[in-house]
Amino acid sequence: MSTWRGFCMTARTAQGFHVYSKCIYKHTQLCTLGFRKINTGRPVQSDFFKDLENQFKAFREKASEAMPGSDWTPFEINRSLPPERADIVIVGGGVIGWSIAYWLKQKERIREGVRVLVVERDPTYAQASTVLSAGGIRQQFSLPENIYLSLASADFLRNINEHLSVLNEEPVDLQFNHSGYLLLANENVAHIMEENHKTQRYAGAKVALLSPTQLKEKFPWINTDGVVLASHGLENEGWFDPWTLLNAFRRKAISMGVYQCFGEVTGFRYTTNPMTNTDGDKVEFQRIKYVNVQMPNSLEYQPVECAIVVNAAGANSGKVAEMVGIGLGPKDSMASVSLPVEPRKRFIYVVHCPDGPGLDTPFIIDYSGMYIRREGLGGNYITGMSPEEGEEPDTNNLEVDQEFFQDKIWPHLAKRVPAFECLKVKSAWAGFYDYNTFDQNAIVGIHPLVNNMFLATGFSGHGLQHSPAVGRAIAELILDGGFRTLDLSALGFQRIIKQEPVLERNIV
Amino acid sequence: MASSLTLMRRSCRFVSIFATTSRQSSSKTLAPPSLQTGLLLFLSQRFHDVETVLSWIPWLKNRVVRQKNVFYGYTQKNFGDNIATAFYVLSLKGGFRFAGQSEWFRSDKRGKFNWDFMNHRDSPVEEVDVSNTLINYTGLDNLVKQKCLRTLSLSGCTQVDDWFLSRLHVFQDTLEELDISHCPQITEGGLAALKNLRVLRRLDVSQLPRIQNPGLVVILLEEMLPQCQVTAAGFDHCLMDRHTQSDSQAQAP
Ligand SMILES: Cc1cc2nc3c(=O)[nH]c(=O)nc-3n(C[C@H](O)[C@H](O)[C@H](O)COP(=O)(O)OP(=O)(O)OC[C@H]3O[C@@H](n4cnc5c(N)ncnc54)[C@H](O)[C@@H]3O)c2cc1C
Repeated sequence: MSTWRGFCMTARTAQGFHVYSKCIYKHTQLCTLGFRKINTGRPVQSDFFKDLENQFKAFREKASEAMPGSDWTPFEINRSLPPERADIVIVGGGVIGWSIAYWLKQKERIREGVRVLVVERDPTYAQASTVLSAGGIRQQFSLPENIYLSLASADFLRNINEHLSVLNEEPVDLQFNHSGYLLLANENVAHIMEENHKTQRYAGAKVALLSPTQLKEKFPWINTDGVVLASHGLENEGWFDPWTLLNAFRRKAISMGVYQCFGEVTGFRYTTNPMTNTDGDKVEFQRIKYVNVQMPNSLEYQPVECAIVVNAAGANSGKVAEMVGIGLGPKDSMASVSLPVEPRKRFIYVVHCPDGPGLDTPFIIDYSGMYIRREGLGGNYITGMSPEEGEEPDTNNLEVDQEFFQDKIWPHLAKRVPAFECLKVKSAWAGFYDYNTFDQNAIVGIHPLVNNMFLATGFSGHGLQHSPAVGRAIAELILDGGFRTLDLSALGFQRIIKQEPVLERNIV
Repeated sequence: MASSLTLMRRSCRFVSIFATTSRQSSSKTLAPPSLQTGLLLFLSQRFHDVETVLSWIPWLKNRVVRQKNVFYGYTQKNFGDNIATAFYVLSLKGGFRFAGQSEWFRSDKRGKFNWDFMNHRDSPVEEVDVSNTLINYTGLDNLVKQKCLRTLSLSGCTQVDDWFLSRLHVFQDTLEELDISHCPQITEGGLAALKNLRVLRRLDVSQLPRIQNPGLVVILLEEMLPQCQVTAAGFDHCLMDRHTQSDSQAQAP
């Protein structure tokens, strides 16, 4: 039996340069069934097995001859094992990863033109920020790139069933709430809001500025003390169910032939090419050849040969980048610049307040950083706030600090909307921002030193809403060789090497 | 051969087992591949094509909607916004009234209409009735230039959804009456966007099948739009007779 559980086979890679052996551990139903049935006597059994083994061997040889470059075996291999090779491996199956996978398939010219593999370590998505987010989408940014990303994504979400519907399946219902965002500014930041508003209008976003009087008229339940200016998104803003979007992307991508595998990327096998630049300095370029995927609950790992790797591991993407040596080079060289993305814990509290504002509650963001939005129609709201720089909570777990609500959020909340003086915290959760410590904006593009690793990370709290457009941008970068619809070159990794931050003003 | 096998593997998982068994038997009897295998191969080769053809169906279905809602740019350039709006509404088989006039322009059942509206280049459109038509979000492009629109009837429009409602804010200073009854796609998420309609006096939200708690929603709407009279006929009926409501929901596509 043990010989059956793990027998070795030799496989030749597509190019035929590299020969290695690999053990397949599997229990095909066929084998087990056969074994049980013919469990009569020892000699017969071993004869039978020998015979069968020979037949399988012959068949395997024929099959691999018939299909050069294919890893097809006559056995139903463990489905969660990744294929031995893929053109593009996407690390991280959050909304960004699946969006990229979808767009790659959408843009491929011929069927099966690119073989895309998405590697996700947690099938339950218990810690993925996508499902733990607040689900908001807004155009009220200061950076034109962010505004355009949101506009493009809103357009995608509006036509989501043209993009993501799957034959014979239910249409996607995002449960989009068109309530808009309401940003409040005090006198210190009012001028920034005004400038941002100009940029937003110019980019085509429908945003209206409100004076405190107009604000009071529109939302009588808001206390306007301290508010000098407010801006309210009229169109394409609101919130939706992140889980639905993630699943819709995943369902569609898989239906188009994307491979998914549950396992953790633990390392890369790469080559290093030293080169000398015009100044005479040595620069080392890396190129990833294999991605090591470790299976859950096992020490076994499978190398996946690939041409391109996309790092979409969310809050963990800084660690994934370190695995290729990004940021570990000698001091003061380009190779010492690490990917500045780290997890930052953010809390969200669900509060119940029957007397709170009703259907018209927009996604309010106060100048203190506190935000609140309605959740359903039953008098529930979700609220949160970013802690101050020095008071970042511990990121080893996802435990919620209840005091944070009492001490930090509630005072602002009750001041802004007096109805919230009386409320009950019903539940709370925490999630990790994929926080870009350098300038709190997305890092999208190829890494200059690892010339087959693409980055799509560092969204710092607005990755969900940008996922459709970012997925398209990365797919264009990979398949077309450059940005086609939206120019995101300002969000590339180069800015970190040059130390030129692209900052969002008024960030929450 | 290689590609067909890959396809086969992709489309039906059990084929691998099937292939193994057939290979085993064939090695004994040396028979040609059975009819079944051949058929399976044939089908799986064609399978993606079948899928592609099926995926054209919604595209073809939507074609009519798209054609109806194209942007009337040519008319707008040559005859102005008002004529473009008027022409669009009539082509949808709807009706409208110019400001300062009492008579309505409507197209008849067969879509024929009177071209007299061409003489009113300078009168803005004040009332639009596009109920039971195919108007959608993109079609709204032809209406947004109207600065005096006071009444809009969208009753029974299958393509009107939440995104459509969220775009009505362009009429926020003028729109007084809105009828969105019997629109099968509208949900609570879109009704929240009506907040922007500051001068709305009358709103009809009867019989919206996708709203789960019509009673609560009407109360919330009244709270949100205190100056507006919300009509919700068939709503008592919903509360009393949940059974029939779920029946009608089941019938809706
Ligand atoms: C509390 C909170 C509120 C938010 N609110 C909003 C909002 O209102 N609007 C908005 O747009 N955004 C919001 N965000 C941000 C948004 O959720 C994220 O930016 C977005 O989900 C990032 O998506 P992702 O796919 O990159 O990351 P994730 O969803 O975290 O996915 C990354 C995946 O990679 C996997 N992974 C990591 N390392 C490995 C590895 N080595 N091998 C294999 N797999 C790996 C992880 O398991 C994870 O599933 C919020 C975030 C939080 C925490």
